[in-house]
Amino acid sequence: MTVRVRVIPCLDVAGGRVVKGINFVDLADAGDPVEQGRVYDAAQADELCFLDITASHEGRGTLLDVVARTAAVCFMPLTVGGGVRTPDDARALLLAGADKIAINSAAVARPELAADLANRFGSQCVVGAIDARQVGPARWEIFTHGGRRPTGIDAVAHAVHLATLGAGELLVTSMDRDGTRDGYDLALTRTIADKVGIPVIASGGVGTLDHLVAGVRDGHAGAVLAASIFHFGQHSVADAHAALARAGLAVRHTDAVLETSV
Amino acid sequence: MAERIALVDYGAGNLRSVHNALVAAGAADVAVTADPAVVRAADRIVLPGVGAFAACKAALDAVPGMVEAMEQAVLQGGRPFLGICVGMQLMADAGEEHGRFPGLGWIGGTVRLLEPADPALKVPHMGWNDVIADAGHPLLVPGEAYFLHSYAFEVTDPATRLAVTDHGGPVTAAIGRDNLLGVQFHPEKSQAYGLALLARFLDWKP
Repeated sequence: MTVRVRVIPCLDVAGGRVVKGINFVDLADAGDPVEQGRVYDAAQADELCFLDITASHEGRGTLLDVVARTAAVCFMPLTVGGGVRTPDDARALLLAGADKIAINSAAVARPELAADLANRFGSQCVVGAIDARQVGPARWEIFTHGGRRPTGIDAVAHAVHLATLGAGELLVTSMDRDGTRDGYDLALTRTIADKVGIPVIASGGVGTLDHLVAGVRDGHAGAVLAASIFHFGQHSVADAHAALARAGLAVRHTDAVLETSV
Repeated sequence: MAERIALVDYGAGNLRSVHNALVAAGAADVAVTADPAVVRAADRIVLPGVGAFAACKAALDAVPGMVEAMEQAVLQGGRPFLGICVGMQLMADAGEEHGRFPGLGWIGGTVRLLEPADPALKVPHMGWNDVIADAGHPLLVPGEAYFLHSYAFEVTDPATRLAVTDHGGPVTAAIGRDNLLGVQFHPEKSQAYGLALLARFLDWKP
């Protein structure tokens, strides 16, 4: 076989707490990212992503503590993003137990941050996060501040630039689709994925399992990120793996997939 | 008495993750150490590593006496050794990342850039993929593990290649001989499969 499509639940964290709901039973504290990380580890998620959506300076200590406690109970790769501005910010997260660091706003202002991190810590831990909105036919622009502020920067060119500078992976989020549950912006994802040699994670807008399949099949992503469909118990990670497998895509032979295939 | 596991700290590497996983796999006494004396006295030695080959080798060389202590314990003392990712790649004669640099030279081979012919195959090779163990090694069983690398170990002696994966053709997943084992994948990030491998390493009597 080949390398498997990765299913990545994403937790939005603010002040050390998960801010979107989660519907798992048996969670002592559903707002605790560590508890949720443990559940997703048991559910055989392929990776986990924490995005610190407040990313305040005061919250850094809290985030580092959450990352350290999550890394102690999660034996899958952990990507952490939000507020990373310098190699020292990244180093603190890596030492706490993050495996990959997502850079976003700081890399919009100064794309060379990708090179700084890659040179110091290796490309394998540098995730270039692209937040884009469509501004014309086959044209997308980088937006910051949660999709509110335009930058005039072409999203595809920025993505290619980050890859050239040494990012090992790109997290491509459609701000138009984020939260809509209408599915990924497949044209955006595919346009970037076809132009870079590094893996692309599709993000923003997942409402159904078919959207995950489309992200890989039509968006050419190597990984699919989703939040709400998992957190609210609409679908499990096993459902996602099974849907991808039914579409003929390579996924891990997790317990659930093995059960459904026999 | 519990065995002492030395997890070599040379300033590069995902020490905390590997430490957590060794403990979860059953290790009672894991010393994260930059002290050659601790490494010389350890019952088992683990060398982690992420990042670039040359940077990791330089960082390892920068710890006074560490390479000598590892060679004394592992090559002369026969203590079980596990290299992970770049820690595995460092066992090679040389690495060709950003130039050609000498490695430890414990297992003949060179670490070279992955260049899959199919442009749809991305580099880094990132994600879960097969571990196809073809040599009957007691620590390596077939399964799926998490890989994250752009360079791969090309062995000189095929007998030292203990497992492969597939990324546009066979890619070395594990190497070893005698009391030495190196894995390209990350057992500390490979959930049940990885923890089981670490547990077998902790029991390994080569």
